[in-house]
Amino acid sequence: MNADLAALLYLVSGVLFILALRGLSSPETSRQGNNFGMLGMAIAIATTLWLVSPDTTTLMIIVGAVVIGGGIGALIARSIKMTAMPQLVAAFHSLVGLAAVAVAAAAFYAPESFHIATADGGIKMSSLIELALGTAIGAITFTGSVIAFAKLNGNMSGAPIMLPARHLINIAIAVAIVALVVMTIQDGGRTAWHFWAIAGLSLLIGVLLIIPIGGADMPVVVSMLNSYSGWAAAALGFTLENVALIITGALVGSSGAILSYIMCKAMNRSFISVILGGFGAADGATAAATGIQRSYKAGSADDAAFIMKNASKVIIVPGYGMASAQAQHSVREMADMLKKEGVDVKYAIHPVAGRMPGHMNVLLAEANVPYDEVFELEDINNEFSQCDVAYVIGANDVTNPLAKTDPQSPIFGMPILDVEKAKTVLFVKRSMGGVGYAGVDNELFYRDNTMMLLGDAKKMTDEIVKGL
Amino acid sequence: MVDPFVFYLAIFVLAIFVGYYVVWSVTPALHTPLMAVTNAISSVIIVGALIAAAANANVENGWIAKGAGGLAAGLAAVNIFGGFLVTQRMLAMYKKKEKK
Repeated sequence: MNADLAALLYLVSGVLFILALRGLSSPETSRQGNNFGMLGMAIAIATTLWLVSPDTTTLMIIVGAVVIGGGIGALIARSIKMTAMPQLVAAFHSLVGLAAVAVAAAAFYAPESFHIATADGGIKMSSLIELALGTAIGAITFTGSVIAFAKLNGNMSGAPIMLPARHLINIAIAVAIVALVVMTIQDGGRTAWHFWAIAGLSLLIGVLLIIPIGGADMPVVVSMLNSYSGWAAAALGFTLENVALIITGALVGSSGAILSYIMCKAMNRSFISVILGGFGAADGATAAATGIQRSYKAGSADDAAFIMKNASKVIIVPGYGMASAQAQHSVREMADMLKKEGVDVKYAIHPVAGRMPGHMNVLLAEANVPYDEVFELEDINNEFSQCDVAYVIGANDVTNPLAKTDPQSPIFGMPILDVEKAKTVLFVKRSMGGVGYAGVDNELFYRDNTMMLLGDAKKMTDEIVKGL
Repeated sequence: MVDPFVFYLAIFVLAIFVGYYVVWSVTPALHTPLMAVTNAISSVIIVGALIAAAANANVENGWIAKGAGGLAAGLAAVNIFGGFLVTQRMLAMYKKKEKK
């Protein structure tokens, strides 16, 4: 009776999670969706507590863990800067991964509590497979996310690290993991080191998978790890025979997979080639070869202010440079000034601008830019030909016309924002030296209608505001 | 009697389809909150942590399970509170143009 009611309550919380994601189809319904999510989580936790009816010791462990963990989580959520969101999401993924490993370890050590023990004291074969899967995916999510975090947070260089024969190493480790799973099944899960070896090798594979992937591919990596954390949860959901966990795992797994797909498509790269890593590294020669001095037009903030004041339509194209310079508030200030002058201002966002899906949208929202002034690539791309100024701030590869014209270029075929069709392109960039993450020179810099504004994105924009 | 596993597998497969359609309907502007909230809900793995923490301390390795459960509960709690609150903070920032 209790078990049936509990199963129904878990189903309710699974449905509430679906509604939480459904709410995100528009900003108006999203806040309510988030509340559904919280309600679903509360129901799942309350149901579990009711089901296990913990004794005093257990209750102390649980309350202690939740108070400490929840306190830390709440503190981070309140204090984190919006520009640091990609790192934060990567860090959160790593925690889900580690939690999955810990839960699997507990189930391995105390199978009776999870109702997966066999009569002779071993563990059921199906449960062992699920646990091994949960452990392996969880461990990969954990270390993979830690590496992604370090790269995003700047603790580690964003450049790809290529080990010789890394594919062979990965395959060898994967084979070893499968062998260990077979061993632990044969012995009914009675040997602890089998479990730890699976966990340890998976931790290693998580590191090896992510270190060869460069900074610009991080949107794909973060989405992919998002997906993994879901599959790990789903695997354990089967062991626990818990509907809420299975539904959530499937939702999160497919969500991350779809985001990875969208990101890959926006870069015209196959998922496999991203995972195999090394964007940019092999193209070092191209970058060096195009390093010849070419002439470009440089302008000052006052020039830019003058041009934009006399424009009737301006489209702002933000990229990672805006995030790293924390220039979003200055950009909005500039847009406000322009609007006062009667200029029509819109924002154009490429799907892979920034370091995670939707990164730019959040920053602009933080700066109080109304979301109905912000447009996605396909909705605004044909407007560039009618606009007077395209103000490109910290976006490089996503505006590079070479993607359309040069089949040799590593970014060839990538859909780009057609900023070059604007009457004037104002391109804010720190210096002429650097190339984008793809390691290719941007044809746009040398066009007649481009004016380079060299300097820090925030300082430059602030000066333009003054100039206005 | 069909093995219960088959029912769970059916739920799993159908939920993948639900996820597929629901996530495609998410507006790209909200992809960052989507990641934050999926992060928060995947911490429903805390139910496993609670079961582990409630393991019988008197059986062999019972305390290992309890400890691992407590650890997992703490990690999941960071994510639940952190994930939902940061999502809420982000979503509160998305505003429409003020009509004059």
